[in-house]
Amino acid sequence: MSTQSTRMAARFMVAPSVLVLLVWMIVPLAMTAYFSFRLYRLLSPDRTGWVGFNNYIWFFNSPDFWLALTNTLMLVGGVLVITVVLGILIALLLDQPVKGQGLLRILVIAPFFVMPPVAASIWENLFMHPQNGLFAALARGFGAQPILFLESYPMPSVIGIVAWEWLPFATLIFVTALQSLSSEQLEAAEMDGASAFNRFRYIILPHLTRAITVVILIQTIFLLGIFGEIFTTTQGGPGSASTTLPYMIFKQAIAAKDIGRAAAGGIIAVILANIVAYFLMRGLGRHLDA
Amino acid sequence: MTVTFRALLGASVAFTLTGAALAETTITVATVNNGDMIRMQGLMDDFYAKHPDIKVEWVTLEENVLRQNVTTDIATGGGQYDVLTIGTYEVPIWGKQGWLARLNDLPADYDVDDLLPAIRGGLTVDGTLYASPFYGESSMVMYRTDLMQAAGMEMPEAPTWADIETAAAAMHNPDAGVYGVCLRGKAGWGENTAFITAMSNSFGARWFDENWVPQFDQPEWKATLDFYLNLMNSYGPPGASNNGFNENLTLFNQGKCGMWIDATVAASFVTGKDSTVADSVGFALAPDNGLGKRGNWLWAWSLAIPASSQKQDAAKAFINWATNKDYLALVAEKEGWANVPPGTRTSLYANEDYAKVPFAKMTIDSINTADPNNPSVKPVPYVGVQFVAIPEFQGMGTTVGEIFSAALAGQKTADQALAEAQAAVTEEMKASGYIE
Amino acid sequence: MARAASPRRKLITTLTAWTVALIIFFPVLWMILTSFKTEASAVAMPPQFLSADWTLENYVEVWGRSAYPRFFWNSVVIAVGSTLLGLVIAIPAAWAMAFVPGKRTKDLLMWMLSTKMMPAVAVMIPIYLLFLRFGLLDTRIGLVLVLMLMNLPIIIWMLYTYFKEIPAEILEAARMDGASLWNEIVYVLTPMAVPGIASTMLLNIILAWNEAFWTITLTTTRAAPLSAFIASFSAPQGLFYAKLSAASAMAILPILILGWFSQKQLVRGLTFGAVK
Repeated sequence: MSTQSTRMAARFMVAPSVLVLLVWMIVPLAMTAYFSFRLYRLLSPDRTGWVGFNNYIWFFNSPDFWLALTNTLMLVGGVLVITVVLGILIALLLDQPVKGQGLLRILVIAPFFVMPPVAASIWENLFMHPQNGLFAALARGFGAQPILFLESYPMPSVIGIVAWEWLPFATLIFVTALQSLSSEQLEAAEMDGASAFNRFRYIILPHLTRAITVVILIQTIFLLGIFGEIFTTTQGGPGSASTTLPYMIFKQAIAAKDIGRAAAGGIIAVILANIVAYFLMRGLGRHLDA
Repeated sequence: MTVTFRALLGASVAFTLTGAALAETTITVATVNNGDMIRMQGLMDDFYAKHPDIKVEWVTLEENVLRQNVTTDIATGGGQYDVLTIGTYEVPIWGKQGWLARLNDLPADYDVDDLLPAIRGGLTVDGTLYASPFYGESSMVMYRTDLMQAAGMEMPEAPTWADIETAAAAMHNPDAGVYGVCLRGKAGWGENTAFITAMSNSFGARWFDENWVPQFDQPEWKATLDFYLNLMNSYGPPGASNNGFNENLTLFNQGKCGMWIDATVAASFVTGKDSTVADSVGFALAPDNGLGKRGNWLWAWSLAIPASSQKQDAAKAFINWATNKDYLALVAEKEGWANVPPGTRTSLYANEDYAKVPFAKMTIDSINTADPNNPSVKPVPYVGVQFVAIPEFQGMGTTVGEIFSAALAGQKTADQALAEAQAAVTEEMKASGYIE
Repeated sequence: MARAASPRRKLITTLTAWTVALIIFFPVLWMILTSFKTEASAVAMPPQFLSADWTLENYVEVWGRSAYPRFFWNSVVIAVGSTLLGLVIAIPAAWAMAFVPGKRTKDLLMWMLSTKMMPAVAVMIPIYLLFLRFGLLDTRIGLVLVLMLMNLPIIIWMLYTYFKEIPAEILEAARMDGASLWNEIVYVLTPMAVPGIASTMLLNIILAWNEAFWTITLTTTRAAPLSAFIASFSAPQGLFYAKLSAASAMAILPILILGWFSQKQLVRGLTFGAVK
């Protein structure tokens, strides 16, 4: 029931955000697009000029490119699955009447408070290190050989670390969403003899669809740009086993200081993200209104 | 009310007077977070006593982040820093670009001739000094005297790579958690690439020939990589492809390594309070193969001034204070000779108190045998022992480092790694216009 | 959600919940423990627990070495400032999109999220050059702007989600009663939205607090927040795990306290039963 005046008012209310984000998007995007067609290396400023699509071609020809794309999608997919599934389970758990709920929530959310480079460093050195790590100590305690996490399973290790960091985010959103679920509905269902599983499937899960959609969409966007954890732990290795597209861009921008190539990589990343988002919206978009 | 007003008035007058009298210059110093720099920040009272009109703001960052920020700033003309901490890699490149202020006019007490020739050479371009060395290092062998004794062996002062292999085999005891030798394997142009490049010099290999053609397809590089991989696979710790300087330092301090070949500065750590084997460490020169070059490198963290800085006089005063003989004496007095920043001045090594530090002699001998202008047995068109002082090296070195690290992790054979390195570097050299 | 549960069931649930929470929290706990050990003890193998050398020297040195208060204050200003600024712009927008949806609302939302698709590394130099041009380097206001812009899509999305939870009937009832738009927002919507706003605020303060790319790239001395503080303790020559842990603990503590207090807000929560 929105009147004409309400609609006008609504547009005014949205306008500042749109304006601000438009400028924020257009200006860097335009600059990046500009640089992507130029030869621009920080340390060789005298070599300059237009190079057409050369920077883009470099990426596509790079032996690591397709592996990096795959790794990027694997990272996003893996972290999503872990955080959504575990997030829902933990949210359900925290929603129960348990002692010390407030403190429990803080404990569960704590990983989100740790800065990503520090979190990665903790996992790499205090847990996964084959000589000094806790996991190695446990393995030796059982008489087994320590697993070389970062060397033999770099991608899963990175996925694990990132999932640990983002689990609190998902959990927090689900916990808040569960709070708006009326308990009467659940109690009525329980009285009617519905099993816990069915209660979950037919009442709780549908209620959570919007929250799940939001978590997936927001996390996807963040995860597509992650490189800090990879830099701290595996440096994209061994070789290129854990290199992702953002990490390739990172290497071009920071190590090679080739701004033109980094810019081209950025444009490619934006295109990739748009493709992913398109499919996500197609699949999940309707749940936003539910 | 009147009392308060008068008090405020009085206070503001006093404040203005003192403010005017000081006329302070504030300089921003960007630095690495290593022990020596941290120590310097603790000794600033001495600087302020000598220069009450200069205030110093510190930006302390980890090496990679520091390099990134400083390079971005100087390349875009950001002008945020007055003193930079940069290394022997950046100085030749930036000096040639004209991005650094010339340091030929430092006062006499700076005593530029006292600088170690190899280090001074690495920081001079066309006869002009562009940076003042704060600390210098080379690399050498650190080994466990107790384990060598138990194996009935003695480490020569100037070992060959064959000696190293024999020693590693003798000390290797994985069941007891001791590995024969720990070397860098972590990917990075300043990590494994630096080490292996320095090592390759002793095998007669080089990155480029006189015409800038990459040389990874040559027998010398094959010999280097084969030896490195074999040594590490037979006598190194598992997961070595993730071990950089820090990880190896921890391993050695915990007694898990029979030998460690790395920066001379590590010597003070392995004999310090965090080490469980502090009393059983011996030192030897970096190994060679009898070809005339040893496998040690040369590096100096130095202080430089961006050419765009508005406060060059104050900056030069600071640099002079931080790197001249008086500073070394100050550190010796307050923290002991073992903590004096090493590897910059001849006078330090002529000092008899310093000579008592166990690794002093080995450090200076190592530094003196490194020559960045003639790093390899064969002639080369570049400067740099464990790097190539061209802007493109950081990117190429990273790529090659990743390839070598993958080989160490068992993902490629040495031949595959060398072929990939050759292809990647050749492509980059063509794209950068060095070769057709 | 108070359901009458058997004591046994409550015990099992409590135990499970606590076990899971402790497992998740364990790395943070380990880090805090490490911050009280000597460096040698921190990396000793097997990991030392009771036999470790406990000390306060790390905290003393971390506090003494850098101007922690200044970094802390910068973090507070930047995190809170960017979040509040974002909320001011976002609340009206999210309200409008949630309650007066148009055909293009979903597209608009998606577009807003898409502004975050560019990896920060790729756009580092353009932004740096912009900041240089406008004199925003090493300023708090510059960082507030950047972080606000980065988080604005998230803030809008989260608010939108929470606003959608509020039954439209309530607002319509208020409208029927003759409430003006302004009254509608202030007296009806806001109280019901408070937990959602609080949750969004908390999350975004944390995101801004932990942001470690722009905060390090665009600052040097005056505006550098805790992320730069921590960066000065990581992976140098010579291990600083214990000190890094101490520095991190000092950076996390304020946020943990903030989180603790906001939790009470969330716990009070939406109880639509009561509203009906």
